[in-house]
Amino acid sequence: MDPAVLVSQVYKRYGNLEALYGIDFSIAKGSFFGLLGPNGAGKSTLINIMAGLVHATSGNIKVVGYDVRKQWRKSRQILGVVPQELAYDPFFSTREMLRLQSGYFGLGKDNYVWVDELLERLGLGDKADENLGNLSGGMKRRVLIAQALVHKPEVLVLDEPTAGVDVELRRVLWEFVRELHKNGHTILLTTHYIEEAESFCDRIAILDNGRLIAHDTTNALLNRYPYRFLRLSVKNYSTQIPEKLLEKVVLNENNELTFRLHREDDNIGDVLDAVQNAGISFTDLRTDEPGLEEVFLALTVKNHD
Amino acid sequence: MYILFSKEVWRFLKVTIQTIITPVVTVLLYLLVFSSVLSEHVEVYKGVSYTAFLIPGLIMMSVLQNSFANNSSSIFQSKLNGNIVFMLLAPISDFEMYIAYTGAATLRGVLVGIGAWVISSLFVVLPVHSFFYLTAFAVIGSAILGSLGMISSICADKWDHIAAFQNFVIMPLSFLSGAFYSINILPDFWQKVSLFNPFFYMIDGFRYGFLGVSDISVMYSLSVVIFFFVVVSIICLWILKSGYKLRD
Repeated sequence: MDPAVLVSQVYKRYGNLEALYGIDFSIAKGSFFGLLGPNGAGKSTLINIMAGLVHATSGNIKVVGYDVRKQWRKSRQILGVVPQELAYDPFFSTREMLRLQSGYFGLGKDNYVWVDELLERLGLGDKADENLGNLSGGMKRRVLIAQALVHKPEVLVLDEPTAGVDVELRRVLWEFVRELHKNGHTILLTTHYIEEAESFCDRIAILDNGRLIAHDTTNALLNRYPYRFLRLSVKNYSTQIPEKLLEKVVLNENNELTFRLHREDDNIGDVLDAVQNAGISFTDLRTDEPGLEEVFLALTVKNHD
Repeated sequence: MYILFSKEVWRFLKVTIQTIITPVVTVLLYLLVFSSVLSEHVEVYKGVSYTAFLIPGLIMMSVLQNSFANNSSSIFQSKLNGNIVFMLLAPISDFEMYIAYTGAATLRGVLVGIGAWVISSLFVVLPVHSFFYLTAFAVIGSAILGSLGMISSICADKWDHIAAFQNFVIMPLSFLSGAFYSINILPDFWQKVSLFNPFFYMIDGFRYGFLGVSDISVMYSLSVVIFFFVVVSIICLWILKSGYKLRD
């Protein structure tokens, strides 16, 4: 079975700038896939190549087996893209725009029922006949999502869908996307909100400086990080801490000391003994497992060192 | 393709005052000024009043300028707003895109032409000598300018570039095309220069469609206009296929 997306040796150069360097990975059908990376890592360039908005310098991308350059008509039918920019056509209303977009994909009036369903599901029902130029940023974002879904694509690409949107829209969006995923759609998400990727994505690829620096299941990536955190609410931090203990402290604020402990090399009991021996008394303690953010930072910072 | 064409037509029909009525009123103003000032004094072709001579030229100028304006403003605005992405994401080929945009621009040009023709009948009711030539020059000329509008909007980075193309290329070529005069009254050198202006053939051939007289052979004009249309279309399709400033 063809993967939903197959990226093979994709290079993209803009003059001397190497925007993408030999990117290889695949996204299984039905996956909720996260594509992460700092600004300028090449995420949007890769998505644009996938969507046919940018031509790769070399290499190719296949969407459900269809090459995005050679079989572009098929691949574009399968792909729905929510662009990062809040683009809209000020000449049309929400419903008009969705019907036009549906027509671009060769769908006729039969699809208007789905257009109306999208309007309702995304909370756009009362804005259906409103000119797009009069909608708020959040509403425009909803229209972009509806536009991407108007032809019922198998693969949905969300490029920073929650950038600058309020809590309510996030809730509506994620509820809807989760349902799409449950119904068998493959989702490709790029986001700066790492916690969103951690909660939703089963696999994650991390790009940095145009290179693929990690690609694994979310759990495997989390396990790559060898540290966990010990947080102590302290009463008298002014006490001198031995240097060996101090080098494990990563955060000290609001009377809370955070130690970063190696899973294998550091024993929590020993650390607590050392804290007590140093005369520091604490009123509460808790341990935290690392999140994807720590993994992301560890990988990208290491890559820049 | 049909939907993209419909969308473009729908777009200009939503702002009819700007896209159809204003250019028709401009023709009316030209006619008011020129026909009242010159009609008694100038006779370009024997038995044809200056107003009757002028009207086809003015109609064709409006047709050409408006088909150019349609594509240049629509595509460039889409580029600026970023909404061109919706079309680029859709399974629409470069050729389909070209046909849809050029078709809509041609339709706008022809609608403006019809409006100008109707308003000009307040001054002179022109006979139609050849409906075939009238339609052929209006449609092909309009398509040429639609294509040029598309090329300029793709290449432009700011409104200034569109304005420069319009004011330094389209306007001079249309004003120096024989819309207001016959090139036969020009000195030999300028007559020869005029023959390098493709707009001259569009207007001269279109005028033949009404009056049955022209500065040069109508078949020759039609051949030049068709050739120019083919050249401009190839350039436009080549730019679209290359993805220049749209998919790079």
